This record gives sequence, structure tokens and C-alpha cells, in this order.
Amino acid sequence: MSIRAHFHSRLGGFELAADLDVPAQGITALFGPSGCGKTTLLRAMAGLDYHRGGELSVAGDQWQGPGHFLKPHQRPVGLVFQEASLFPHLDVRGNIEYGYRRVPAQDRRVQVEQLIELLDLPALLPRKTDTLSGGERQRVAMARALAVSPRLLLLDEPLASLDLSRKRDILPYIERFQRELDIPVIYVSHAPEEVARLAHHLVLMDHGHISAAGPIEQLLTRLDLPLAHELDATSIIRATVARHDDQYQLSVLDFPAGEFIVPRVPLDTGQPVRVQLAARDISLTLERQQDTSILNIFPATVDAISADGGAQQTVRLLAGEVPLLARITRKSAAALGLQPGKQLYVQAKSVAVLA
Amino acid sequence: MALSPADLTAFFLTLKLALITTLILLLLGTPLAWWLARTRWRYRYILEAVVALPLVLPPTVLGFYLLLMLGPNGPLGALMTALGGHSLAFTFSGLVIGSVIYSMPFVVQPLQDAFRAAGRRPQEVAATLRASPLDRFFSVSLPLARPGFITAAVLGFAHTLGEFGVVLMIGGNIPGATRVASIAIYDHVESLQYGQAHWLSGLLLAVSFALLLTVYALNGRVRVLKT
Repeated sequence: MSIRAHFHSRLGGFELAADLDVPAQGITALFGPSGCGKTTLLRAMAGLDYHRGGELSVAGDQWQGPGHFLKPHQRPVGLVFQEASLFPHLDVRGNIEYGYRRVPAQDRRVQVEQLIELLDLPALLPRKTDTLSGGERQRVAMARALAVSPRLLLLDEPLASLDLSRKRDILPYIERFQRELDIPVIYVSHAPEEVARLAHHLVLMDHGHISAAGPIEQLLTRLDLPLAHELDATSIIRATVARHDDQYQLSVLDFPAGEFIVPRVPLDTGQPVRVQLAARDISLTLERQQDTSILNIFPATVDAISADGGAQQTVRLLAGEVPLLARITRKSAAALGLQPGKQLYVQAKSVAVLA
Repeated sequence: MALSPADLTAFFLTLKLALITTLILLLLGTPLAWWLARTRWRYRYILEAVVALPLVLPPTVLGFYLLLMLGPNGPLGALMTALGGHSLAFTFSGLVIGSVIYSMPFVVQPLQDAFRAAGRRPQEVAATLRASPLDRFFSVSLPLARPGFITAAVLGFAHTLGEFGVVLMIGGNIPGATRVASIAIYDHVESLQYGQAHWLSGLLLAVSFALLLTVYALNGRVRVLKT
């Protein structure tokens, strides 16, 4: 089951040439600089703009194709804009129920009360929308969009106008409703840390076309793509909870090339988790260090080294089949004699566990 | 008695005219304003200029052309005669037609401004929330344009109350049919009945002022007409 979109058209001086094929599950991040056509593509998928010759199918249902175009109100899509755009003439509950009431009862797969609980909205219900903070407004807007039981949820930089701490407050809600409702989400963003945190699948856009797409673990670590060269470049590794260590309050996570030891996570053994390693928190050694406080050490092979110039270099490593990045100085790389194929040890100073 | 029965008749006729005119204008003006606020037609401004004409045209000019149109030899009058009626000049129906045209900009412009101020976004949001075009017009666009509707209704009503030139040209002075308050006041002054002119004028002043107070109180401020 996948989401397939083909839009090749010129609208208002902007040329869109996008061929999208992403799984109809999980969170797909649509990432690219401002003005690269992310919002244009999202509006086309929602049916708000008509692109002649465009095609779109979601999990087998055609929403647009030759001689066929579902208008926005006819497609089971949810859309949250950058500004929450709540209806000012309705209170919070009125906003959430607006779309819900317009969905035939037999098509409803989610109840309003469930969304209110998922997005933690009970306290906001009787309030007028103009008394809400930016983060609260976006939570209401997400509940409102989800209340139409969409088959696809489109989020157009919903956190762009929020400050960093508000963003961190809202990200867990997105992860939570995505998991509980099992709805495919396309998340537009130009913030790498949001993408790394949320996305399972990544689509890179540039100048109206899609420059790369694939599982996030692969794309984050490709040296030919811009994300690996961001200051806060990270790697994502899939792991499973292996066991808990009650004595030291730790958890052990298995991944294909070894294990991670992290502060105890509130998850059962066997649960899948994603682990995030910041490239600048990785150091490399030729021998396995013995006298060190670092817990997470595992062997890897140098796959490629980027010649960025400047003092820093980005090294792509393979731990077994698992790719990851290290950001080290050029001086260190020379001292260690790094070159593709070289075997060494990875020391991860900090390991973040994502849901 | 300060207000004679004839004056009262004129006053209530004026209210009736203003009320009917306002209702017709809201019905006609809403789709027109909606279309003007949203169309990307490049010659839209031609229609906007036509709607705004009564703002600058001397009422006598407007009344003169209406008289020609509605009279027995005019196209509308001829049509009415052909349908077995009689010409519309010097009838209450004729006054309603004249008032609708004369007060059109006072209704259409506030509505157009209100629709334009709301922008397209609420419509787009409603569209992704399963609302059909008609549904979102009534459930989103109309409530958001509420201040514009209050302004439009009151300005249309109040402007029709004060109509004089157009009425004089196409309606004349038939008691109970076309003799509205402003004409009655004019007659009183002509025949030096200043006391009666005072009463009727005072009544119109009070009603108009009360109406405008309502608008300002409800809307916070009135959108000033563009022209």
C-alpha cells in the first residue's frame, strides 16, 4: 500500500515536477528549503489546487487521474496549515466537531472524545479560539483534521511559528496519534531536527522536484545529500528493547551490529525503538577503549569520507549493514589514517531513544 | 397632534420601502459581493464602477433614466404593460426598483469588504473538513462576514430612508403609494408648515441616529465606504 503522486505542471510561474511514491503508513517527512514546492505539492494532494494531468492515489484509491478529480471536500484527507486557521466564530469543541459532523456515521473511524484525550484537550474545550496559545491552537487544528477520519493526514509545517520549547511539547502528540490511529502522515518541514525525530520515511524536495526519497535511516546518512552536512546531522538506527538492568536502571537495546545501553526506557522487552545518534557526539578509535566511561562502543567500517573543506569532516560508517555518521576534525581523520574500508570502533557519547 | 395621519402614513411608507429595499438588496447583493470579492476576472472593476455609480451620480440623473426605463414607453414599463400590468412609474414597485439601485453600493461594498477580509483560508480549511461549497458559504463565510452584514443592512436601510431625488423623479407624490417622509417634509417646507416639518424631520433624525448607533455599538466601528 502506498501513496503515489505525479504532478508535472506550471502554476503561477512555479514549475512542479514531482513524482512521489511513499508507503501509506508511518510519518513521511517532506523536507526542503523554503520555496522548493513542498506546500504546492501538499495543496495539490489535498485538491485545493487543480494541476492538469496530475495523478494521485492513496492506498489504492485514485483521488486524481485522467478525467478524474475529487474535490477537496470529497477526498478523505486531513490538512493542517502552518497557521492553525481555527474558525473564530466557533469555540474549540465547535471547531473539532465541524468536520466530524460532516462525515457519514458509517465512515467514522475515530471519535471526537478519543481525539480530545489523545491531544490532551479537555481543558481547552469551552474556550474561545482567540484565547489559545500557538501550540494549543495547533493541537486543536490537528484534532479537527483527524476528526474527519482521514485516510491521509497532511501537515504543512504545523510547528514553524512556534518556539523551540513549544515544538518539543507538540512533537510527542504527533507521534502518539500517528501510532494510535495508524494513519499515514505527510509532514512538511524545513527543520532537520523535527524530521529526524518524527519521520520514518523521508522525501527531499528542491526546486519543485523530488531529489531523493527513502527510509530515513538511509537518507540521513547519504553524503551526497544535504542533511548529512547540517551542523546537527544525525543518524537513526532501528533497535528493539532486549532487557532491562534494574540494578543500574538501564535498558539494553539490540540492533543488528550490537547493542546500546541507555537509561531505562518505559517499554516492554521486544518493543521496537529508534535510536538517534548525533554525528558530533560520535568519536572514533582504532582500538577498543577499555578505561572509559562511555558505554556504547561497537565496531564499524569506514564507508566514505566527505571532503567538505574546513576543519570538520563527515565520515559515513557501516556497523554491519547499519549506516551512521561521525563528525570529526580533519586533523583527527589524518591522524587515524581514515580511508574507506578501514576498521575501527565507534564510541557514542550520547544515545537518544525515540518512540 | 404633532404628526398628522398623512405624515404618519408617509413615515410608515418610508419604513416599508426601506425594509423591502434592504431585504432585496441583501438577497441580490450577497452573491454579487461574494463574486466581486473572489473573482479573478480581469474586468471586474467595470462592474465595481457600475455598482458605485449611485454614490456620485446626482439622484435626479438616476431618477431621470429610471423614469424613462419604467415609464409606459420604456423597456421595463412596456414589458409590464405587455404582461397585463401597468407601467411602473409613479408606483410603489417603481420606488422599490429605484431604491434598490440607488442604495446598492451601500450594501454591496461592506459585504465585499467583509468577504475579502476573511480571505480564502477559512474556505480552504472548511473544504478539507468535508464541507461542500454551499455548505461552507453558509457555515463559515456568512458567520465570518457578520459585521459586514450588519453594516450593509443598516447603511442600506438608512440610505433608503433619506432618499429624495430619485423618489421625486419616478414616484411623484401620491399619498400612501409614493409619498415618502422626505417628500412630505419638502411639501411642508414649501407650504411654510415648519412645525410639521420639524416633527417629521426630528423623527427621521432620531431613527437614523439610532440605526447608526446600533451599527457602531455592534461592530465597534463602521467600515468606511471606499468611494
